[in-house]
Amino acid sequence: MTMLLEVEGASKSFGGVVANENISLAVPEGAIVGLIGPNGSGKTTLFNSIVGYHPIDGGSVRFDGHEISKLRVVEIARLGLLRTFQQTRIYGDMTCVENMLISTPVRLEKTWDLFRDHREGDKDKADQLLEFVGLYAKRRLLAGDLSFGQQKLLEFAMALMNEPKLLLLDEPTAGINPTLINGIIDRLKRSNAELGITLFVIEHNMRVIMNLAEHIYCLAHGQLLAEGPPAAIQDDRRVIDAYLGAH
Amino acid sequence: MRRYLGFAVIAVLGLVGPFALPTVVSQLAFVWLFVLFALTWDAQGGQMGYNSFGNILYFGIGMYVCTVVIIGLTFNVAEYTAPGGEKAFTFTTQQYAVGLALGTIAGGIVAALVAAVLGSGILGLRGHYFAIGTLGLGIAAGELAAGWEFIGAGSGIAAPVFPDPLGDRATFFYFVFFALAVIAFFVFRRLYRGRFGLAINAIRDDEDKAEAMGLPTTRYKTMSWMVSAFFLGLAGGPFGLLIGFIDPRDTAFAGVTFGVWMVLMAILGGKGTLWGPVLGAVIFLIFKELFWVFLLGWQQVALGALIVIIVVFFPQGLMGWMRERWPEQFGHGVEESTSEGAP
Repeated sequence: MTMLLEVEGASKSFGGVVANENISLAVPEGAIVGLIGPNGSGKTTLFNSIVGYHPIDGGSVRFDGHEISKLRVVEIARLGLLRTFQQTRIYGDMTCVENMLISTPVRLEKTWDLFRDHREGDKDKADQLLEFVGLYAKRRLLAGDLSFGQQKLLEFAMALMNEPKLLLLDEPTAGINPTLINGIIDRLKRSNAELGITLFVIEHNMRVIMNLAEHIYCLAHGQLLAEGPPAAIQDDRRVIDAYLGAH
Repeated sequence: MRRYLGFAVIAVLGLVGPFALPTVVSQLAFVWLFVLFALTWDAQGGQMGYNSFGNILYFGIGMYVCTVVIIGLTFNVAEYTAPGGEKAFTFTTQQYAVGLALGTIAGGIVAALVAAVLGSGILGLRGHYFAIGTLGLGIAAGELAAGWEFIGAGSGIAAPVFPDPLGDRATFFYFVFFALAVIAFFVFRRLYRGRFGLAINAIRDDEDKAEAMGLPTTRYKTMSWMVSAFFLGLAGGPFGLLIGFIDPRDTAFAGVTFGVWMVLMAILGGKGTLWGPVLGAVIFLIFKELFWVFLLGWQQVALGALIVIIVVFFPQGLMGWMRERWPEQFGHGVEESTSEGAP
């Protein structure tokens, strides 16, 4: 199995606070991998390091054969590694369809395309993906007028529009109505199976991550605490202790 | 259909205007110049969320470049700009017309190139920092021009005398500005409907997100600034020739008048809309003329009061206010065409 993302010995500290210490993990192509850990264990910092928000202090990050730890956010995104945000970010004063249309893959763009009309097929694709996440009826509304849960779905659809190879999702079900959560799990699985997008998911909701991921990494205090298939993680003494505050 | 009727009415008014009101042709020319000011400013301030107080820079650059080209094609610029020098030179109609055509285009191109160079640096600033950074641009340019002997330094340049065979000077330039404003309007209209509009709107709404989605934001921002600079540069030359005298601080890089007014007009009409700046420019000019006629001596105070009223009562501008009042007519109906052919 080829590894799409390989993090080796990544460390990151802010002043005296060590957020990530010597973390190594790998995400195989086509898989759904989970990342869990108590609050403040360094999950989002690791995501930020991978997508180039801040440089790592040591170690390496390889994506699809490229060393990306020195690249900027835009360059990494153009290689096909995308992330969604914990605090959902969409373009609030634009309609859902417009949000989708500007999320087309930039790697296909030439500079001059900025002055052209939308490419054939982009509108159909935007409609299909809005249908896929269940926002088709709301497509003409301003994205900022949607509920928080709907904005999360829109952000997910925008990410799919961009045709990434690997999608990093930061708590895709946080703050979402529990009845909608099953729908989200289903859509994440379908995007993986049907569109071939590899997923790397931070999640606090244990039911979600146990259902979703094939392999789970657990962080605590900035270090990699445990890894393994969901069943093993669920029964791992160290993981339970970390969550309940044994150390 | 109704939309085309509106365009037709504006076209007829624009073409007939100077003949119907021959006493105020210069003021009518200002209408179109101000429309162009507001439109070009809004491409950054409204659509992209980058409040620029330095766009006047490109207007001044266009003015100087155009004038220097007209003079330089026929005579020695340094001799012309020496004190009293312009009296020794007269231009034939052909020299003037060729110079004007080439100079105007050169003004636009040079302004756009300057925007490309400045943009890659200054557009890296965000929010207030960008606003303050651009504020310095116009001021610095005015001081630089005032210290450069080649272009007349502080005493400016007397523009070449308008040749009689071309008709009435004000009417001639009225149609130049009319054409420029109409071209600018349709260019921006076309750009806002395509990817350009969405890209700069996305930058306005959340630039970090746009970057995370892989959009080359700095390049897009620079291009937007270049388009605005190009049109401002085009307008600069004809304006200098219409006024007849180029003062570095009061005509070319007039930051405290034109530079501020272009911001006000866009806000008055409605930032981030296509028609808002057009509407704002016309209404602003009407108020300004009324103040100068009926409140002479207090006109600046009245203008200040108008600014306060605009910001307090119409923060979204007239278009924003109309959208709230009559959402059916002015709401987000523009996007209807975006989903044509949807299932």
